[in-house]
Amino acid sequence: MTSRSAAPPWWRNRRYLPWLVQGVVALAVGVVVAFLLSNLLLNLTARGLLLSWSWLGQPAGFDLAESILPFDASLPYWRALLAGLVNTLRVVIAGLVGATVLGTLIGTASFSSNGLLRGLARVYVEVIRNIPLLLQLIFWYFVVFLALPNGTDAIQLPGLVLAKSGLFLGDPQLVNGVWQAPLRFSVEFGALLTGLVVYTAAFNAEVVRGGIASVPKGQWEAASSLGFAPLVTLRRIVLPQALRVIVPGLNSQYISLAKNSSLAVACGFTDLYSVSETTLNQTGRAVEVMLILLGSYLVIDLVISALMNGLNGLVQLKER
Amino acid sequence: MPPRFTFAIPLIAALALVGCAGDGGGIQSQKMAAIKGRGILNCGVDGRLPGFSFVGADGRYSGLDVDICKATAAALLGDPAKVTYRDLSSTERFAALGSGEVDLLSRNTTMTLSRDAPGGNALAFAPTTFFDGQAVLVPVSSGIKSLKDVAGKPICVETGTATELNLADRMRVLNAAYTPLKFQSGDQTYAAYLQGRCVAVTSDRSQLAAKRTGFPKPSEHILLADVLSKEPLNPATINADPAWADAVRWVVYSLIQAEEMGITAANIDAKLVEAKANKNLAQLRRFLGVEGDLGKQLGLPADFVVKTVKAVGNYGEVFERNVGQGSPLKLERGVNQQWLKGGLMYSPPFL
Repeated sequence: MTSRSAAPPWWRNRRYLPWLVQGVVALAVGVVVAFLLSNLLLNLTARGLLLSWSWLGQPAGFDLAESILPFDASLPYWRALLAGLVNTLRVVIAGLVGATVLGTLIGTASFSSNGLLRGLARVYVEVIRNIPLLLQLIFWYFVVFLALPNGTDAIQLPGLVLAKSGLFLGDPQLVNGVWQAPLRFSVEFGALLTGLVVYTAAFNAEVVRGGIASVPKGQWEAASSLGFAPLVTLRRIVLPQALRVIVPGLNSQYISLAKNSSLAVACGFTDLYSVSETTLNQTGRAVEVMLILLGSYLVIDLVISALMNGLNGLVQLKER
Repeated sequence: MPPRFTFAIPLIAALALVGCAGDGGGIQSQKMAAIKGRGILNCGVDGRLPGFSFVGADGRYSGLDVDICKATAAALLGDPAKVTYRDLSSTERFAALGSGEVDLLSRNTTMTLSRDAPGGNALAFAPTTFFDGQAVLVPVSSGIKSLKDVAGKPICVETGTATELNLADRMRVLNAAYTPLKFQSGDQTYAAYLQGRCVAVTSDRSQLAAKRTGFPKPSEHILLADVLSKEPLNPATINADPAWADAVRWVVYSLIQAEEMGITAANIDAKLVEAKANKNLAQLRRFLGVEGDLGKQLGLPADFVVKTVKAVGNYGEVFERNVGQGSPLKLERGVNQQWLKGGLMYSPPFL
């Protein structure tokens, strides 16, 4: 009895109080979310718009400019959305690789002993990251890619043709005024990919530069005194240490790239967003289509994030 | 009479009086009363579509859709200038009309079942002022004569209600493969077409003709004869005010009927004198409000037809001035011709 009376009252008990506060907060959040959801449901019911997914199985009725998966207008909406998702993944994956390579090159160039190279790297970063991506995409598409010659005037190399309609690889043939080849990349894909790579590389370069700068100068000097050449020093000694700082920074740039890929509609590329827009227009299923869109980008970004966190674990200092 | 019902007598009497008060005052329309009280008609237009509604260099609105606003203002308020124009996007337009922000929507809007139905957008549509349809624009130099020739080639698509669907349907019938390139905005669609990315661009015929006027060399592009869809463009009001919808409906008909009867902005005064002088011209007298009470039945002035025609001319004049041969669009009358000349423009009788 005496020990119990010595315990503080429940409102000052450190064992229960935090739980109580957390419980109340959780309850409040739960009530607000439940209210919002029930409100949404109520309004949707009132307007006869209860969530329904049966339209996904109906024929889409529209065609896609490009798709790796076979697609035609008689296939259902979910196939169209899937084709859009695959196109998005295609440009995101290619973009991640391109932006990493270019970003690393420019980031390391800003440590070059060559003043011109250093200056160019600075100019690149400052110019590119201060111009909106949408403008850059429109520039790449309308000013650069659509200025390519067409038809018989196209740039022709053995096994490769670069024309206004795209890049054609592997014995391209001009059939009825249209280039055809086994492997084809449209100019829309090209413009979007170039825009995303050039833009994201500027940010990646800054992350890489910051990472390299975080490695103590003594590491360079020690390598130099041991007779390592500057490039070898960078590759063997500095970059592995810099990665610890670089990887977390790159993570958010990669996620940005995936999200920015939805600007594809600016240059006519058939990505997930573009397909969703048409689907919404035709079905009027705004809430469902938006849920699919939100879910897709969320999953893509979470996967990128998870992979980068895994990589981060690998490059951290091993403390034994 | 049982005493408990006696209290109801004054109530019933009051209700009856209230009911009569409305009938005695003529037409019941909150909207028309509100517009008259305000002295200004709020008209929703596109505002960026040459030929239909466009702000000219002098800052004034002009176009076929705008003329419907002017004619309505002339009929109801006696002055075609008493209009406030609101530029509305395609997503804003129905909300603006429903909320009462605009009284009349004259904004190249296609009439469809779901937009008309009370369970849909619940609009009340006036008669079609322009029979449009999805069409295809190609460069003259391409040598393309019909949609069939587009097979295997890229087409730029300006997205609309069902632009992509209509195109896909037609190409499937033709059994022709093609590449549909879709852009976020109309401007990008036409830019890609002009850059030669596509051999054709598809949208509504009126839209294509209007955009063509802004091309560097408009004469180097032609519209194919193929019609991919029906797009009747109608002015619209809300379902909830049938009297107002009727007034707008007959304002539009007055322009069509005037053309059929050969009445123009130029000869309307002479026709009026003629009608007043000759009692045998009964049809003309009724139409111009010299006899009968057609205008009053609508809640409009007796001579509302005189006012509409004086304001904008007859339908043929409106068409030619804004989108026809008198305009940069140079559209043929086509199905928008009078019914007597093989078109679809037909006004019910003014009786």
